[in-house]
Amino acid sequence: MSDVLVDVDGLKVHFPIKRGIVHDRTVGYVYAVDGVDLAIRRGETYGLVGESGCGKSTLGRAVLRLSEPTAGRVVFDGTDLAQLSGEPLRRMRRRMQMVFQDPLSSLDPRQSVQSLLVEGLRAHELDRGAEATAARLRELLDVVGLPANALRRYPHEFSGGQRQRIGIARALTVEPDLIVADEPVSALDVSVQAQVLNLLEDLQAQFGLTYLVIAHDLAVVRHIADRVGVMYLGGIVEEADADALYTEPRHPYTRALLSAIPVPDPEVEDRREQILLTGDLPSPAAPPSGCRFHTRCPWRQPSRCDTERPPLREIRPGHRVACHYAEDIAAGRITAPTGLSASRG
Amino acid sequence: MLTSSRRQRIDDLAAGGGAPDAGVSLAVSAWRRLRRSPLFLVGAAIIGVFVVMALLAPWLAQHDPALRLLDDQVSRARNEIPPAQPGHPLGGDQQGRDLYSRMLLGSQQTLLVAVLATVIGLGGGLVLGTLAGAIGGWVDSVVMRLVDVMLSIPSLLLAVSVGALFARQTQFTVILAVAIVQIPIFARLLRGSMLAQRASDHVLAARALGVRRRAIVFRHMLPNSLGPVVVQSTLVLAIAIIDAAALSFLGLGAADDSVPEWGQMLGRAQDVIDSHPQLAFWPAGAIITVALGFTLVGESLRDALDPKNRR
Repeated sequence: MSDVLVDVDGLKVHFPIKRGIVHDRTVGYVYAVDGVDLAIRRGETYGLVGESGCGKSTLGRAVLRLSEPTAGRVVFDGTDLAQLSGEPLRRMRRRMQMVFQDPLSSLDPRQSVQSLLVEGLRAHELDRGAEATAARLRELLDVVGLPANALRRYPHEFSGGQRQRIGIARALTVEPDLIVADEPVSALDVSVQAQVLNLLEDLQAQFGLTYLVIAHDLAVVRHIADRVGVMYLGGIVEEADADALYTEPRHPYTRALLSAIPVPDPEVEDRREQILLTGDLPSPAAPPSGCRFHTRCPWRQPSRCDTERPPLREIRPGHRVACHYAEDIAAGRITAPTGLSASRG
Repeated sequence: MLTSSRRQRIDDLAAGGGAPDAGVSLAVSAWRRLRRSPLFLVGAAIIGVFVVMALLAPWLAQHDPALRLLDDQVSRARNEIPPAQPGHPLGGDQQGRDLYSRMLLGSQQTLLVAVLATVIGLGGGLVLGTLAGAIGGWVDSVVMRLVDVMLSIPSLLLAVSVGALFARQTQFTVILAVAIVQIPIFARLLRGSMLAQRASDHVLAARALGVRRRAIVFRHMLPNSLGPVVVQSTLVLAIAIIDAAALSFLGLGAADDSVPEWGQMLGRAQDVIDSHPQLAFWPAGAIITVALGFTLVGESLRDALDPKNRR
């Protein structure tokens, strides 16, 4: 058994833009995921962060093969998912589950909690008699912290946090190895977010789960992830252990993201470096040439940045960065022109 | 695992918190809202009276609707039609038949037309809409182009054309003509909401769970798509009555008028509408009232099923 549970290799998901009345002509592509390599180790939590529209949700779905990849491979525990279809793929789904952002819309409003939970058992022939199923359902409610009388009620009768617990219980019904959690707490009240994150951590310890947690909230990812990948416009720009990433970000985009987190101390807040990004996220239908980030990068260099796409390269063991000048920026050999990067105070 | 004391606390909370054991499904909560809606109550009362009337018509009608009992009071030359009189509260028609009995028995035919046309239209629309919405791809294209062609023809014209296809018009050809017009409307409606369901999170969740495709379509997509279709069916009950009346009025109704039907009675009344408007008034009034009843129920059902109105 290898150490790596999920191996994503050169994954691309391009959505065609179609136009036409009689015949749909493809006039272009949205490069939602454009060449991603990553490996998720057994039992770890891999956090994926990025702005809205950077392709992180699409990547999560492609890992579960809910979106068809255009190119590249997703190898799950030694099996290339792209080779599977129909019944073998359906069987494989038992081992990888998803937790959704919006707990209400991801639960069928017409099904009681009981039938929502039984569905997974039934789909994979895990329901062995009424007695065993009832016991299993009680156990599931117990581990996610829902009252036993929840079974006969309907999703709209629960609070947001409870609904997310139902969603998590549903994912657990089939005893998966991997859970992809797509923004699992962003639709919840802040007071409930921590509860759900702690629940996810408890479950990981209890069942030996592997997580891919997708979020735009850096604090959420820091709380839960062992390793973090930062996505920008369909590609991973930096990947490192969570601590290393937060203390020593090497990619300009990561530095900008981290510097945007406010610090709850007015003096530190005034003194610390703030990197203000100019402009908007470019359209994924027409990504910039060269480094995807060069249009907004304060450290942009005239030579290679707009022509050559930097590969994700290891600058230290376990720390990968997709920037031509990562070392130079870190060593202070390249400085950002004032005005783009301003130190307030 | 929860510790036993914590579990105990949760159980106590659940037991003492007054939370009901059995939840309220969407259908039940829709029904609770519906019961409080005055529009629904009025519509349901109209439909109730109409259905009871149709069911009890053979016992309520005092006369055979085909018998020309008042023939001696009919004079074509002097344009005389029997007026209301003891034993015949609404008088007679041009052929001396008891109008009251014909109105009562006519409700049976009208109900039959409405229900059968709606059921056939709904059935056809369900099949086509489910095929298009669940399978997609070229099946969707073929079905929807077919539907577009049918929708491009004005509905009454289409019904008239279908009705005229048959050599001999009977009640059944009327039903078929009215039903076929409704099929594309149902199909388009269902396909639209099926597509919305297919892209929804809970269908994606079922897919991720590894639920079989057939189960996804019939357990998740179809039940969640039926709301607008149910509303449309109640409205179509009204439309079918009006369309059938229009067909009868245009002479494409059942050729045999010994079995009375309101639309057909209205059609026959047009010759004498100047001198004897009561012959048109009663069937027209009945059609309008019943159509209103179904429309009221349909509208209030639409409101009740709207998820935005929940709670």
